[in-house]
Amino acid sequence: MTMSSAPDLNIDHVAKLARLALTAEEKARFSQQLGDVLHHIEQLGKVDVTGVEPTAHAFPITNVWADDIARPGLTVETALRNAPAQRDNMIVVPKVVE
Amino acid sequence: MNYEAVIGLEVHIQIKTHSKVFTRVAAGYGQPANTLTDPVVLALPGTLPVMNKAALDAIIKAGLLLGCEIAPVCKWDRKNYFYPDSPKNYQISQYDQPICLGGSVEIELPGPARNVMGEHKRIPLTRIHLEEDVGKLNHFATESLVDYNRAGTPLMEIVSDPAMHSADEAFAYLTSLRATMIYGGISDCDMEKGQLRCDANISIRPVGETKLGTKVELKNLNSISFVRDGIAHEIKRQIAVLERGGTLVQETRDYDGQTGASQSLRSKEMAHDYRYFPDPDLMPVKVDEAWQERLRAECPELPFPKQRRFAESYQLPYTLTSVLVWDRTLADFFESTVKLVGPAKAQAVGNWITNDLLRELGAAHLEIAASKVSPAHIAALIGLFDAGSVLTNAAKEIFIEMFATGDLPGAIADRRGLRAAPTDAGELEQWCRDAIAANAKAVAEFKAGKDSAINAFKGPVMKAAKGKADPKRVDAALRQLLATM
Repeated sequence: MTMSSAPDLNIDHVAKLARLALTAEEKARFSQQLGDVLHHIEQLGKVDVTGVEPTAHAFPITNVWADDIARPGLTVETALRNAPAQRDNMIVVPKVVE
Repeated sequence: MNYEAVIGLEVHIQIKTHSKVFTRVAAGYGQPANTLTDPVVLALPGTLPVMNKAALDAIIKAGLLLGCEIAPVCKWDRKNYFYPDSPKNYQISQYDQPICLGGSVEIELPGPARNVMGEHKRIPLTRIHLEEDVGKLNHFATESLVDYNRAGTPLMEIVSDPAMHSADEAFAYLTSLRATMIYGGISDCDMEKGQLRCDANISIRPVGETKLGTKVELKNLNSISFVRDGIAHEIKRQIAVLERGGTLVQETRDYDGQTGASQSLRSKEMAHDYRYFPDPDLMPVKVDEAWQERLRAECPELPFPKQRRFAESYQLPYTLTSVLVWDRTLADFFESTVKLVGPAKAQAVGNWITNDLLRELGAAHLEIAASKVSPAHIAALIGLFDAGSVLTNAAKEIFIEMFATGDLPGAIADRRGLRAAPTDAGELEQWCRDAIAANAKAVAEFKAGKDSAINAFKGPVMKAAKGKADPKRVDAALRQLLATM
């Protein structure tokens, strides 16, 4: 299936949101691929859904929960094992101020 | 030109649960860094969220207390953004189907004087939704340190309509909202612990204009007083900008409560694009009537309705009701005491609690729950006083000792010799007779119409009573005897 990229796909915006630096060649390739995906999804728009209630889930299951009983978590050593850098039992990240 | 401010508040309140909202590791404040984590909190691969039933109960109860409509069905969505406070790179929140809709917060504006009730009004709410709190970042010169203890704590976001028009209204709104949540046992709302956080959206417009002006979001308002000060400051700043011909820009500003100044935060690099979509890992929640009814039955009477009832049922003045109703334990203490002494004595009970008990608790830095003085103590003291067994000053002294020791007032009065004298009417009459017999001159003056001559007898009587006689009773007894002479 080959189609042109979807008209509402802004690859620069998508790349920025995903924190990806793409080359011009990658942008062209991914635009094509993502466009194909979007066109594929667009086919769902052709289905007649008159009388079908909108749902966020495919299964009619609701009210899945657990009682509020706390149980032990990870030790701080285990929790931080994957951290590239740590100090004072906290994960060190580049300075971020929103 | 006259301007009107339009203010909407977004209040985040942590729900008091044992475990986190989507996993069962303990939630809490003040623990060593990164000791309240588990694979779900850290978003390790393959982990799945599981809803905390108690968090749902709490937010539904909050909605019921505020008169919200509880959505029959609601769902959770992923709010996508990159920030190290959120290890999943999304926050689980509710986007287009929040659990609570509408509702309102009753507020009281400052009255003309402290002892006079102010105007009441209702601030309408837009929605309340349930989401997860994020981790805490500690910023240093060149790096930030991340603690995930807070991440995943159940968090309610309560959004008001842009319906407030002054810093005082915002202050009253937060005061009332906070009390409501504490009353309902939903949160302790300790702002120092970040359990209640507030952002304010503020704009101004010429009076009479219906379109909203450019809004500025004020962040980091970390005490209720700072909210009031920050909003007042922002309204003044916006008016000043317009008055000198400038234009307002939509921005986020940071208010520093210590310096009383605000500064613009760098705006985020682009307009928010959170790409919300339904979280496939969490199933929708359906809330039926029966569930709502169960929770409604647990809803306490709120401060303002309680205040109206106290005023009506017990004829209490505003100066007492406005002190008694804001702390649920205190209000319950008051009513327990009134049950013991009867509603006719409610004002005396209110006075003992608001003057003496609160004074002693304050001095001792104690909560009422830790008080050794119980409703039974105050009831007994009022009983002694009403029977004339102790006088005002003695009763005050007894109260202080009662507070310190937890002993009953009768025992303290006996031990400390604080009972009024005489204990029987015959003795008082004898003292009065003796005083009259010893002062024929004063008797003659009194009989001649000089009313103040009666005071000449009171000194000897009080002396005989060692100062413990009730002056009113002494006066009455003397008059009765003199009338028969």
